[in-house]
Amino acid sequence: MAQHSAKGAQFQVITANRLRDGEVVYFNAPATWVVDLKDATIAEGAEVLEGLMAQANTAPCATDVLDIYPFEVVKDAAGTYAAASVRETIRAAGPTVRTDLGKQTELR
Amino acid sequence: MYRYDEFDHQMVRARVDQFRGQVARRLSGELSEDAFKPLRLMNGVYLQLHAYMLRVAIPYGTVSSRQMRKLASIARDYDRGYGHFTTRQNIQYNWPALERMPDLLEELAEVEMHAIQTSGNCIRNVTADQYAGAIADEIEDPRIISEIIRQWSTFHPEFSFLPRKFKIAVTGHANDRAAIRFHDIGIVVRKNAAGDVGYEVHVGGGLGRTPFIAKKIADFVPAQKLLAYLEAIMRVYNRLGRRDNAYKARIKILVHEIGAEEMKARVEAEFARIDGKGNYDLPTGELERIRAYFRAPEFLKLPQESETLTRALAQDASFAAWFKNNVVAHKIPGYAIVNISLKPIGGIPGDASDAQMDAIADIAQAHSFDEIRVTHEQNLVLPHVTLDDLPTVYTALKAADLATPNIGKISDQIACPGLDYCNLANARSIPVAQDISNRFAELQRQNDIGELRIKISGCINACGHHHVGHIGILGVDKKGTEFYQITLGGSPDEHAAIGDITGPAFTADKIVDAVENIVDTYLDLRQGDERFIDTYRRLGMSPFKERLYQDV
Repeated sequence: MAQHSAKGAQFQVITANRLRDGEVVYFNAPATWVVDLKDATIAEGAEVLEGLMAQANTAPCATDVLDIYPFEVVKDAAGTYAAASVRETIRAAGPTVRTDLGKQTELR
Repeated sequence: MYRYDEFDHQMVRARVDQFRGQVARRLSGELSEDAFKPLRLMNGVYLQLHAYMLRVAIPYGTVSSRQMRKLASIARDYDRGYGHFTTRQNIQYNWPALERMPDLLEELAEVEMHAIQTSGNCIRNVTADQYAGAIADEIEDPRIISEIIRQWSTFHPEFSFLPRKFKIAVTGHANDRAAIRFHDIGIVVRKNAAGDVGYEVHVGGGLGRTPFIAKKIADFVPAQKLLAYLEAIMRVYNRLGRRDNAYKARIKILVHEIGAEEMKARVEAEFARIDGKGNYDLPTGELERIRAYFRAPEFLKLPQESETLTRALAQDASFAAWFKNNVVAHKIPGYAIVNISLKPIGGIPGDASDAQMDAIADIAQAHSFDEIRVTHEQNLVLPHVTLDDLPTVYTALKAADLATPNIGKISDQIACPGLDYCNLANARSIPVAQDISNRFAELQRQNDIGELRIKISGCINACGHHHVGHIGILGVDKKGTEFYQITLGGSPDEHAAIGDITGPAFTADKIVDAVENIVDTYLDLRQGDERFIDTYRRLGMSPFKERLYQDV
């Protein structure tokens, strides 16, 4: 799997797709997957991420999802976390060419 | 059109039942994703960025009104009201849920459709010229041999685990509209001096990371020997194709490494061995049976000219503009081939809503013998429309927002789904296509520029065929930012060529200016009625490159 975090990334979130319908989900420790990036657990530093990944991969809810991986998020001045890459920004919102579809409308 | 026999029905239904069980076991946790992934891929189910994606096979791009209505109802009932027609003449749904996939496939089976051969390392859905059976000077309808290849390759046990995927394309016409030289095997229907039909065979073409033009290895394989010959190619590939490196596993790499002569020699040796046994010959009766399915419809005897058409052309300028760009001469007097552009100005290339699919099904039923074709350029075709009916067809298409008069023009672009949907993409493709379309929206300007094929891929896998665009655009990722590399001079047809890279890539906000710069250079330098590609072939890269980077 491709890397979705820059080397030495400070903040990261764990993501996956939901098994039954493919919906993008984020890990909320200790044991749930949520659909909104705002509700994801933020891992600061590599060590915390490692522990969180272990939790995500072994919690009973791990069987509800597939393709678990971490990606980098950045914190803005207001303290809100957002995806660092275009790819994860699009996953968190929906297609930029169909703003009537995906999380960008469903979570509004 | 081909209609399923009892074996086809049985196979497709058995596959749906089998997949229903596999999905149930996956959802219950009995099957791991590692075990399930190859099974779902064999049924056309991919995982993309936002959801699962289902790719439905449309063999050689031919679809009936009844099937199109089903595709529309699936878009409505299982997806979000639209589908995406692809460069493989297929349709993809972007949002279906895994848990509903078996029901969806069961509905498809009702209209003789499925998702078999749309993924995995097997022989994929065969593609062909979209004007099959309608264009003048065709040697033979390419769908006849395409259907035979489909039946031969479906679930072929020896070729179900090839080193990589394998794509076959067929043209029955000297003008190649199926890009056969960029397929693993490309077939051109030929006739020999005795008037017998046979096949010219090209092998080892492809796009992707390492683009190659296929090499011709046979001038004329007799019709009854073609399956044995294809079998021989597949065996050589299955034996020698690399399995250690996915990037080097396509047959194009094998042909490149051992050379066309050696490939030809090995195929001929294997063919001689197979042919000696005689049991691979296609029975004449079977060939005739399949041929009968593609017999021409009951065309009316009509005059060459249509007064209705002449009057409409004189009275309605927008109809005349559409007629000029989207309608092509038919082999039968009084008929025409109608191209339906799925490239509205500023729209998403290849997308069609459920309502549009229903409208197209109705129009085809009323005016085109129930037949619709999907083109590899992500448009649709009504193959057999009378000249008298053209004004009515135009009005109906226009009412469904399907009458954009831009076939072959700069806004008729190929674009892959890109980073808006695709798990493999590095950059977005669709917004670039939309921006270019908007920039060149004015029809007069498009007509002045003339034929210009822009093709856009969001990653090196080249689903958007960028290597063979007159102007090709490849999206790349540089540290999380989208950049776009330009190639010039590519061509997918009988004058096959792979585009040359202009130089450094452009950012998203500069790429449309760069395209406009290239177009302006062409307009300044063209002689007479040269098309963009003619000017490029005459002058080469230098004048384009010089002006493109002069301010850098």
